[in-house]
Amino acid sequence: MITILETAPLNTIQDLGRPGYRNLGVGSSGVMDPLALKVGNILLGNEPGDACIELQTYPFVIRFETPTSFAVTGIDAPLTLDGKPVLAWSVETAAPGQVLQVGIPKKGARGYVCVSGGIDVPVVLGSRSTQLRGSFGGVEGRFLEAGDELVTQPATGHLSGYGAVPPARILDTRPCEEKTVLLRAILGTDYARFTEESRERFWNHPWRITPQSNRVGYRLSGAPLTLHDRIELRSYGIIPGIVQVPPAGEPIVQLADANTAGGYPRIATVIEADLWRLGQARIGTAIRFVECSHEAGVEAEQPISHYLDDLRLMVAHYRASCQSRNGVKSGGKA
Amino acid sequence: MTADTLLTPDRHHATNAPVISMMGTRAMLFEAPGEFTMRQQQRIWALIAHTENRPDIQELVPGVTNLLLIFTHAPEHPEQIADWLRNAWETLPPLQIEGRLFEVGVQYGGALGDDLAAVSAHTGLSPEEVIRLHHEGEYTVCAVGSAPGFGYLHGLNPRIATPRKSVPSLNMPAGTVTIGGMQAGISALTGPNGWNSIGYTEICLFDPHRSSPSLFAIGDRIRFYPESIEL
Repeated sequence: MITILETAPLNTIQDLGRPGYRNLGVGSSGVMDPLALKVGNILLGNEPGDACIELQTYPFVIRFETPTSFAVTGIDAPLTLDGKPVLAWSVETAAPGQVLQVGIPKKGARGYVCVSGGIDVPVVLGSRSTQLRGSFGGVEGRFLEAGDELVTQPATGHLSGYGAVPPARILDTRPCEEKTVLLRAILGTDYARFTEESRERFWNHPWRITPQSNRVGYRLSGAPLTLHDRIELRSYGIIPGIVQVPPAGEPIVQLADANTAGGYPRIATVIEADLWRLGQARIGTAIRFVECSHEAGVEAEQPISHYLDDLRLMVAHYRASCQSRNGVKSGGKA
Repeated sequence: MTADTLLTPDRHHATNAPVISMMGTRAMLFEAPGEFTMRQQQRIWALIAHTENRPDIQELVPGVTNLLLIFTHAPEHPEQIADWLRNAWETLPPLQIEGRLFEVGVQYGGALGDDLAAVSAHTGLSPEEVIRLHHEGEYTVCAVGSAPGFGYLHGLNPRIATPRKSVPSLNMPAGTVTIGGMQAGISALTGPNGWNSIGYTEICLFDPHRSSPSLFAIGDRIRFYPESIEL
């Protein structure tokens, strides 16, 4: 079990989301950076969809009440276990009573506290993710609060001292372009209805993530985009990543907690393979959209799959060798 | 601009053809041509029934005269699926669904229906006339979506159709009776909302722990009646 000692608002329980209920108006929810959760769950030998704590505000402090193996992924932040530094993207095992503190990230926006066996909150409509608008899932459908107790499975062994190379280091081969986050996007339904000047500017000028951005969506600022003619669309289903342009002309990227339907003109959709980059982009960050074909969007999944496959293989080897070493050691003691 | 991303060529010329487009790599939006009629919506329902057994479908999300298909994996040849959909659209008969009838009492006007004046101004009708035209109609649930349990309703008298607001209300209560363009609704959750509020009703549209979490299902019919009117 874990007790939350200190938390600011906006931190929730999330897993890989709740697909399958959009036809009832229930959006997917789930982590904003699915790659970070997958890494955490691989490191800990969990199921891919086990739930974690998603952090958006810091500091965050918890006490482990039972022996627990854990990993904090998604961010590069000062982490301490009973005051002693521990590494992000790495596995440690805490003894009962030990306190984990997560400070303000130096890099990244959303941290993931993953534990062996996952955070055990009730499954609602097939997922443990918090559905804030519907007030269900996670812990009573709300943000975490100090004093909350979260059920976890006791660690079975004392795992520590191994971790993952953060995905950005493997997957970002391009040189850092003035810290502008590049997001590949596929043309949207109404792309041709925007003026040529607006279309050109959509791709070629950076957009800034405004403070009116959260898990529902990011509002971007920049010179407004204009349509040839004003249109009133009928409500249509949407998915995270869709870039819509409300009448005021500044785009919105819909994200994990978005409604399941929308009515604004659609200029593009960020490919799934790049959504994690958006999840880690802070308010104030400049982003630029890069036009992408269907084929390129599909191929973009490959490096991510390879990265996760390699990690899975290495973690399996390491854990197996630990177990056999421990087996010899305990045999020796007996 | 790549040709394969927008799957309907010459969309501005073929006004009787559906518009099919990709939403990212793993979702495809099918939009019916023509007006928002029950017949077009019943053709969308027929398309759902025809599509839901495809093994490559993860989710089908009906909208208002449109259907979003979310695939389990990004399709290699989206244009083949688009052709399959176009063919189904042309050949399937409309699907009639005999839903349940709900009678919903509305407190019209007042603080919880304070866009009534704006609807009245836009339509050139008195508030009494707007209310009368709203509760005289019978509405059909075309699709459930946007928020948990929210039903998109067909049956709004075109005389009281009013465009969505350019500045949404920040905290519209659940149960608000609304008009958004040619669509009518009852807001399912408290929160930001761009539709025009004309009244309020006390019904629970969604409970995740019920065996059917959403009160409304596609094909259900709704009649409104005035519980009270405050102008």
